[in-house]
Amino acid sequence: MQEVQITVIDASGTAQELAFPTGMGLSLMEALKSAGYPVEAVCGGMALCATCRVEWQEGTVSEPTDAELDMLDTLPDQQPTSRLGCQIRLESLTDGQAILRLNPSKKD
Amino acid sequence: MLETDVCIIGAGPVGLFAVFELGLLRLKAYVMDTLPVVGGQLAEIYPKKPIYDIPGYPSILAGDLIDRLMEQIAPFQPGFGLGQKVVGLEAVEGGRWKVQSENGEVVLAGAVVIAGGLGCFEPRKPDLPGLAALEGRGVTYMIRDPEVFRGRRVVLAGGGDSALDWTLQLAEIAGDLTLVHRNSSFRGAPESAARVQALADAGRLRLLTSTALVSLEANAAGNLSSVTVQTQGQPAWSLEADDLIPLYGLTPQLGPIADWGLALDASAIQVQTDNFQTSVPGIFAIGDINTYPGKLKLILSGFHEAALMAHGAYRHIHGGAKPSFKYTTVTGVSGL
Ligand SMILES: Cc1cc2nc3c(=O)[nH]c(=O)nc-3n(C[C@H](O)[C@H](O)[C@H](O)COP(=O)(O)OP(=O)(O)OC[C@H]3O[C@@H](n4cnc5c(N)ncnc54)[C@H](O)[C@@H]3O)c2cc1C
Ligand code: FES
Repeated sequence: MQEVQITVIDASGTAQELAFPTGMGLSLMEALKSAGYPVEAVCGGMALCATCRVEWQEGTVSEPTDAELDMLDTLPDQQPTSRLGCQIRLESLTDGQAILRLNPSKKD
Repeated sequence: MLETDVCIIGAGPVGLFAVFELGLLRLKAYVMDTLPVVGGQLAEIYPKKPIYDIPGYPSILAGDLIDRLMEQIAPFQPGFGLGQKVVGLEAVEGGRWKVQSENGEVVLAGAVVIAGGLGCFEPRKPDLPGLAALEGRGVTYMIRDPEVFRGRRVVLAGGGDSALDWTLQLAEIAGDLTLVHRNSSFRGAPESAARVQALADAGRLRLLTSTALVSLEANAAGNLSSVTVQTQGQPAWSLEADDLIPLYGLTPQLGPIADWGLALDASAIQVQTDNFQTSVPGIFAIGDINTYPGKLKLILSGFHEAALMAHGAYRHIHGGAKPSFKYTTVTGVSGL
């Protein structure tokens, strides 16, 4: 099975390297949830809630769609690195690896 | 003080349908929501999306479903406390409950139904030092009555549809109006964006794009006096203002519900599935806010929960008496 290696830096700054299988059509949001990270994903992956937001640090990834950019644009603290995890397919990580930070401004 | 048979916290689809099920048992409901509108997630997150799993509707827009629910419950004349965030829930004499909102609205009820969904919709806030201290002293997140801004110096911040729409509305009302947007252009609603641009060109408002909010300043009385902004590549400057309205959308937060002493499981309220009562008799929880074995967060499931809850609430209010079960085809729907 093909895998991608993702280094996830959580809100407290702790980094963890995780391997996720590709080829199953999983989104990054689903992968992070399955790994036990507190990703609410209120809208279930429709680019409507931004609770799956991450800050992209490293690694090639697909370009954001209009729907994703529209949502990011409404946030008070959007960064150039901001992405919605639900809009990223693991298959689009063509380097096979990535580094990302979970949205640190998230409460609770 | 308002008195009612049942106080429903949350005006999402499940809270609204609960009015109907309670009404069939001749229980009067008062519905409170922190949002100024009814509809919960359907109104706030996806009003224009079609839903495909509402029985009897092969497809219905979320906003239309809410309109239909309002029509369906109208005969029962529910009371509505919109824009009321419920913060307090306490037992009072006579086995009744006192429900209290942040603004001080108090409702006395024989039973309480928490239909709080994913929690209170709360505004997304910009990260600015001293912001909290100025909330209610010039900083507002939801516009209920635009007239309160008449003649005032208002700064709106945000780039979404609601920021554009309110800019257009307030252009007629505010004494001096500025729209601050972090990006260089507006992505949504090209028509509104063009109208905002036209008003800016005509000198009717100040449009600051590629501009960030930097800090807030207060006067001696502790009210907002100016907003410091910075446009990319330029020095920061202060804009005199009476009001700052950050409009960055809303996001649900469990909020006060967590403090009411109810048994929780990962921020959902535990209920028993015969009547959807919580660990506290007289308090029920239905819809996305509850959890039980096999729970599905679906509108359909919430509707089912509302029907069983209504029978449970009836028994609670009527000292254990069982309501008579009748089909609506037999009784029709007569108002309260
Ligand atoms: C994008 C998206 C698509 C969806 N698609 C479907 C679908 O196709 N089919 C389906 O069945 N479901 C779908 N859902 C799920 C569905 O929307 C929820 O199951 C439903 O909204 C739950 O209704 P509710 O009334 O329990 O809660 P909500 O709709 O969440 O309403 C709860 C209300 O309670 C208020 N509230 C909470 N706490 C307080 C308080 N302390 N004081 C005052 N007010 C309070 C909130 O402000 C909110 O308005 C979807 C959800 C999303 C986000
Ligand atoms: S899960 Fe809602 S935007 Fe990604």
